[in-house]
Parts: sequence; C-alpha cells; structure tokens
Amino acid sequence: MNNTIKEYLVTLLDKGVRLDNRKLDEYRKPITIEINVSKSAEGSARVRIGDTEVIAGVKLDVGEPFSDSPDKGVLIVGAELLALSSPEFQLGPPDAQTTELARVVDRGIRNSKMIDMNKLCIREGELVWTVFLDIYTINDSGNLLDASALAAVVALKNCVFPKLENDKVKYGEHTKEKLPTTKIPITCTLGKMKNFIIIDPGLEEERFLDSRLTITIGENQHIHAMQKGGEESLKGEDIDEMIKIAMHANKELRKLIP
Amino acid sequence: MAYNKRVDGRAFNEARDMEAKAGVVKRADGSAMFRIGKTIAIASVFGPRELFPGFLQNPETGILRSNYDMLSFSVNERKRPGPNRRSVEISMVTNNSLLPALDLTKFPNTVVDVFIEIIQADSGTRCAGICAASMALADAGIPMKGLVSAVSVGKVGNMLVVDLNKEEEDYEEGATDIPIAMLSQNKEVTLLQLDGDVTQDDIKELIKIGSEVCEQIHELQVKALKDKYQGELDE
Repeated sequence: MNNTIKEYLVTLLDKGVRLDNRKLDEYRKPITIEINVSKSAEGSARVRIGDTEVIAGVKLDVGEPFSDSPDKGVLIVGAELLALSSPEFQLGPPDAQTTELARVVDRGIRNSKMIDMNKLCIREGELVWTVFLDIYTINDSGNLLDASALAAVVALKNCVFPKLENDKVKYGEHTKEKLPTTKIPITCTLGKMKNFIIIDPGLEEERFLDSRLTITIGENQHIHAMQKGGEESLKGEDIDEMIKIAMHANKELRKLIP
Repeated sequence: MAYNKRVDGRAFNEARDMEAKAGVVKRADGSAMFRIGKTIAIASVFGPRELFPGFLQNPETGILRSNYDMLSFSVNERKRPGPNRRSVEISMVTNNSLLPALDLTKFPNTVVDVFIEIIQADSGTRCAGICAASMALADAGIPMKGLVSAVSVGKVGNMLVVDLNKEEEDYEEGATDIPIAMLSQNKEVTLLQLDGDVTQDDIKELIKIGSEVCEQIHELQVKALKDKYQGELDE
C-alpha cells in the first residue's frame, strides 16, 4: 500500500508536478505572516504555509550571563509540537523531533548573528537580557520546520523591550525600543524522493521522502545552518542542487517578512 | 472608594466583546477558537479513537480526556512549558464540565481527546477554553445533548459583575471570581469554582446573571458552527 502511494508520487514528479499541482521548486500557497498575535508576548508571529500553521512568541527577562560570555545576552529556544495540532502528536516531554526543530531554529538564529547579543548586556558579568523564544505548532500539514523558523525570526524582529525598573522587569508595559536585530536568516527545507528534489514537502510527501535537507541562509547568501534528515544518503551533487534551489527560494520568502 | 463603575465602562451584566469560530485546526477531527476580550482559546478534538493502555478502556462507554495548557508567552510572566498544578486541576474540572453534554455510550473502549491551548490570557481562560472545547466536540460530530457555555461571574468590591477582567480580578479591596459553565439544554451547572468572599444571596443572583450571559454565548457558538457548515455547503 505504502509503496503504491510512493510510486504514484514518483510518477507525478517524473511529469514535473506534485500531489497538489505544485512545481518541484515551489512552496505551498498562500504563505501568510501575522505579527502581534499574542499581546502578552514582547514579540509574536503566526505563520501559515498552506495549511501548516505555527505560532512563535518571545518573552524577555533579565538574569545573570553565562560565565564564558559575561558581556552577552542569553537566547533560549524551545518548541512544542502541540497535541492539538496533529493526531500523531502526544502530550509529554519533548521527543527527538521537537528537540531537533528547536535546535535547528536556534542554530540558524545564533550563527547568522541575527540578534546583537552584546547589546543585551546591562552590566557585564552581572545582569543581561534573556530572550525566551518559544515555538508552538497549531496545525501540522507538513514542513513544520520552515514555518517555525519563519515565525521565530518574525517574532524576534518585531519584539520590543519591556520596562525595566531597579533591575526588575515590569511586565505588561512595553517600551518602543526594539530588540537589536539585523541580518535575518531564512530556512528552507528540501526533500529527495527517488531522483527528484522537492522544496517545502507537504504532509503526504514527508512520509515518503528518502532524505531531507534543511538549509538556513543569511542576507548575504551565506549558509548558517544545515541539517540532513531521513534514512537515505545524499550525493554531493544533490546537496549542490538543493542549495541552489534554497538560494532562490529564500529570496522569495524574505520579501514576505513584515 | 466603592467600586460602582466598571474600569472598562461595561454594565454589570455585560460580557466583554466575544468572537467564535469553528474549524481552525485542519488536522483535528473538530476544532474551534473562542475569544472573550483579550483572552483567546483554541481547542481541538481527536476521536473517538483507540485507547491505550488497554486497562483504561471502558467496555460500556467511550471516555473523555481533556487537557488545558497555556502558551508560555500568553501571560505577562513567562509560563514554564509543561503541566503544573494549576493546569492539571483546570484540565480535570474542564473534563467534568464537558462530560454531561456528551453521549459516548455508542463508542465503548474508545477515548475522545480534547486539547485546549490559551494563546493570549486576560482572565477567564478556563471558561474560554470550555466554550471552544464544546464547539470543537460538536464540530467533530460527537453525539451531544447540548453545548456547554462558560463565563466567570463574581463580586468586585460590593458590585456583582459578569466576566471579570484582569484589573477587576486584582481589585485591591477584594474580588471574588466564580467561573461557571452551563448546559444549553437545561441550564444546569457543570463547572462551579469560587475563591473570595460572598453571601448565599450573591451566589443566587450571580448564577442568574451568569446564565443570561451563557445564553448569549450559546447563540454565538451555534452561529459559528452553522457558519462553518454553511461555508462548506457554499463551496
């Protein structure tokens, strides 16, 4: 049964189309981004890619810096694949898929230097801002990673500081001062099925991918994070082709950022 | 100073602005969003589906399992992810508030799962969650005797009010918060919690005004469910 579905998907790919009539290098449509969807957060965003929906939000607090970076703020990225967003997700502590999602998003943001961590220092070695970025899935119709990464960077870009009084945060009172962000990283996920490479795998495609590659690209077209997934290997030329497609797609996604 | 005018100018028996929508999570069997003021809840329902581990199965009826949680950034001070004492208790009373509306006897040995998430919190989150969950159950096609509508009532200073907002809950001279839920078919109470300081007469009056607001909520819930199915017919 499963092989039959896969064979059918491959027959379609051979003709240059996909289950939902997309081209191989095309994202689902529409892609929509809303900001400030949770007003208690210092920054928040909802991203929909086709039917896939993710919400990301940022809370800021102050605390001690890590001893190896006394003049830098702290970033903590968490994710939850909510049980309400798919019949396959369960309540409970984070599983491997959840942890991978949070860590891949984290690496893209960290290594692209999107947040100026030095500007989050209040008093060196004593007090710095801590950025809690939390990602929640609302509906899983495939490729949660790209939707999560996009929601995360939009929430950060639109994040403002809360008021600080005597080293304590006064929540509920947002200032107009924005979190210091630059150079936004964009994440694109590609999949390989037989000899075909596709971008933004949908739910049905995800199940039958041989392998997957997630690529995070910065504004200068440099690559800041990659993660290979799936059980099959990738050829060098596959990786090259995947990066080429991602370089093109990330420019399109970038235009949508509010 | 006595509390005789509400901070946001509402009448004593007036709920905040409300919004309801059915079918907000495509992968769920049923789902809904309910907003009251700045409080936003979404709920989704899965089932009836097979229940594991097997010893939890009941050969006479399906069971209901509700889970309430909040997004970490839905409140001013970040909530640590995962369940806590508060969410465990709210999940339990939510389950009890929904159960009398259902008939799961046709689905022995199965479970119906209800998941509620608070996207944005400004008082009345458990009630908003129950309103959304009840709609999600109906959207999932679970046999129901009626819908469940919920709102908080209470006393701020000496004033009896419906749908307290955060400022009213934190009123410095004392506020009593009483979340209630009612069955649409007979106006019986399926959720009742209280912490504060009120008289027996207060309770009697509050249940009366709460029931009127539950009636308004019920109309909104029915309309949202009808809108969803009308929308599908039109397509």
